[in-house]
Amino acid sequence: MSHFLSPIFAPGFFESEAVHIALAVGALVAVVTGVVGVFTVIRGQSFAGEAFSDLGTTGGAGAYFVGVGTLWGFVIGNVIAAGAMEAIGVQRVRGRDVATGIVLGAGLGLAALFLYLYTTEHSTTGATVTILFGSAFAISSTTLPLIAVLSGIVLALMLTIYRPLLLSSINAELASARGIPVRLVGALYLLALALAAALAAITIGTILSTALIVGPAASALRLTRRPLTALLTAAAIGIAAMWVGIVLAYDSYHWPPAGQGWPVSFFVVMLVFLTYLLSGLPEARRRRHAARAAPAAGVMQPATNS
Amino acid sequence: MNVSGAETNAMGREGISVAGLDGEEILGVEGISVRLSGREVLREVSFRIRAGEFTGLIGSNGAGKTTLFRVILGLQPPTAGRVLVAGRPRSARNPLIGYVPQKFLLDPDAPLRGRDLVALGIDAQRPGVPRPSESRRALVEEMLEAVDAARFADTRVGRLSGGEQQRILIAHALIARPRLLLLDEPLANLDLGSAHEVVALLARIAAEQQIAVLISAHEINPLLPVMDRIVYLAHGRAVSGTTDEVIRADVLSKLYGHHVDVVHVHDRVLIVAGAGENTDLAGHEGTFPGAEILT
Amino acid sequence: MVNAWTVASIVAVVAGVVGFFTVLRGSAFAAHAIPNGSFAGAAGASLIGVSTLLGLGVFAAGGALTIGLLGRRGRHDVATALALVAMLALGALFLSLSQEYESAVYSLLFGEVLGISPNELAPTAILAGLCICAIVVLYRPLMLSSVLPEVASARGISTFRMEIAFLLVLALATAMTVPVVGTLLIFSLMIGAPAAARSFTDRPPLAMALSVLIALVIVWIAIAASYETNYPVGFFVGTGSALAYVIGRLTAAVRRTRQPGALAPHAAR
Repeated sequence: MSHFLSPIFAPGFFESEAVHIALAVGALVAVVTGVVGVFTVIRGQSFAGEAFSDLGTTGGAGAYFVGVGTLWGFVIGNVIAAGAMEAIGVQRVRGRDVATGIVLGAGLGLAALFLYLYTTEHSTTGATVTILFGSAFAISSTTLPLIAVLSGIVLALMLTIYRPLLLSSINAELASARGIPVRLVGALYLLALALAAALAAITIGTILSTALIVGPAASALRLTRRPLTALLTAAAIGIAAMWVGIVLAYDSYHWPPAGQGWPVSFFVVMLVFLTYLLSGLPEARRRRHAARAAPAAGVMQPATNS
Repeated sequence: MNVSGAETNAMGREGISVAGLDGEEILGVEGISVRLSGREVLREVSFRIRAGEFTGLIGSNGAGKTTLFRVILGLQPPTAGRVLVAGRPRSARNPLIGYVPQKFLLDPDAPLRGRDLVALGIDAQRPGVPRPSESRRALVEEMLEAVDAARFADTRVGRLSGGEQQRILIAHALIARPRLLLLDEPLANLDLGSAHEVVALLARIAAEQQIAVLISAHEINPLLPVMDRIVYLAHGRAVSGTTDEVIRADVLSKLYGHHVDVVHVHDRVLIVAGAGENTDLAGHEGTFPGAEILT
Repeated sequence: MVNAWTVASIVAVVAGVVGFFTVLRGSAFAAHAIPNGSFAGAAGASLIGVSTLLGLGVFAAGGALTIGLLGRRGRHDVATALALVAMLALGALFLSLSQEYESAVYSLLFGEVLGISPNELAPTAILAGLCICAIVVLYRPLMLSSVLPEVASARGISTFRMEIAFLLVLALATAMTVPVVGTLLIFSLMIGAPAAARSFTDRPPLAMALSVLIALVIVWIAIAASYETNYPVGFFVGTGSALAYVIGRLTAAVRRTRQPGALAPHAAR
């Protein structure tokens, strides 16, 4: 069996525990980010999603500095950020981008400080890279329960608020007229986004995790209009990107420069990006067909008083 | 049947307007047709506007008013026909036309006073930084007075009310000394009092500065007192002339392609599409059973 | 040391001038995304052994064109966000292939003003001069097309060309400021200072001048504090910009309540 597959899977792939963990965590994270991401794109809050991801840097750096597990750092940091965003009013448009940017700047400045302090105190390197670009193969098995629990929370949360969230994302006024607590639903969704971003960060790093939240979701929404199908498609794309990325990263240990390997996050992001570009093809083809169709013949339209 | 292009001058004769007669011709729209996404939005629209004339472009929403404006402004290439500005074909850089759009969004926090926005109107298309001078200041002040906006000229533009912003935009357009002033549905979101104020202001400007004013609206009545000419647009086709010439049941019925009644109530006009011959003329505005009010 | 002050001051002036238009046009996202894109350029440059500034500039311009051609008014857009994250990932790859992964990443992202060498002063100054000249030349049409794009079009100003021109200036500005403040933090200076400035004045030229002044103050304090404590400059720039912004907002709120008969803020009519 391994003989047949060895061109694709480098030796030791299926036996390595790190790979097993990476594949399991990757799949779980892909599902979570896919589900949350679809709503992020529908709500047009991709900038907020990106801000969360970047702000995770602060949490992660803080965790290193304090000596806690990075995942905790991401989670706590992101939840605080979610609170701050809610206070600013992510839902409002005016001045939102500037306010978000300012918070981001302050957070990243703080992250710079934490990383500096940690690196000088411990005179070890690798913190910056791990936090920012992830370390899918370095996830310890002790973190697994926490990851599973957090994923479960996010999915349970999304399941609970699914209908009201969908309605209020498409038309907030209509939803509120129907008695949906739009503000509360929005806040819960932000919480889910914060947790999802934290989970994404441990696999592919904070500043790249936007790709996982927004990419598969955006691709899915270009391919289908139905929400449920979009959720499933986004999750599927995410899992595929993750797994293929993991395989390629593992194989790359044998590529130049030898013994180092290319980052998992690089492959995952590139695959997500590629998928997004490809997802635009059906629409482009449709538009080309429509342009070739014969123009309408009639001129006089029925009188309307619109 | 030839509805569009039918044009009569003051003597009731069909003719071609001659530049120099009754004021210089500022705008000539000749046989403009526009086709968008397979649909014919405008079909052979023709009319002329002279200096100092106040012209209303009347049509319900979707009739093609904004498209026509975009063609005049050079933002939309027509499928057929041409636009002449002061006798010459329309070119990209045309300082002769001032424009006030229907929708605009001004950031309340942007550091820009009404005065600054008006000053920008002097020569915004030229590169570089303007050199402050007494003559510039005086010109800005003069324009602000002309539109009665001096009292709120030093407030941030984004913080002004809709009507106030509109005046600033009119001053901005006027300061470049245009020959033609185009306003896209300026009355749409104003209350009746403000609408009458703006109309009176524009009529005064047209007369005093010999500027041709073309404003689009879907309601004819606020403009009735001041319009010299009307261009009535329906289903992409137009008929132009004076109010008395155009707002007639026979003319409009031809334009719409079905029976239309023109109802005069006091000094207001209602144009009603009738389902049948018997429409209740109770003398009040409302939807008659089976009928539609068009404008 | 004088070197660091000079370079930082130049950076602050450019950030203040270009930032004025960045905030006016609502292009906060572009200011954040373009430096991220140029990160790959710097990483690639160091891998090949070419000048970092060149790598930064080329990729920043590429990022600017990506946003200009794909996106809307420098505002957030999924397509451009993904494109720029992809560039970040590329940068991560480049750096991972080189020997100095960790330290290079840190200094690119968070800045390293105290490590600026004297022969970087001249190119930085020249590029800064270019940026400022470009803004001066574009001032009038850029102002109108930023505030009233439709009216600008009617006057024959191509809003598309203005957008591309502005994004390229933004790219140039971020490229030359990144070595000082870092890719992750340059935009906070470019946004915080002008956002604070607009709370103190209603007039455009004053707002721009104030924006430059506030940026200078932030940067000087940052350098002095960094020199004292050895903490990274980026930390002080990020928190300083946030502080300036907050002070600006508070001032604006106080001003509004003090003005008798102040008009309530109105958005679109």
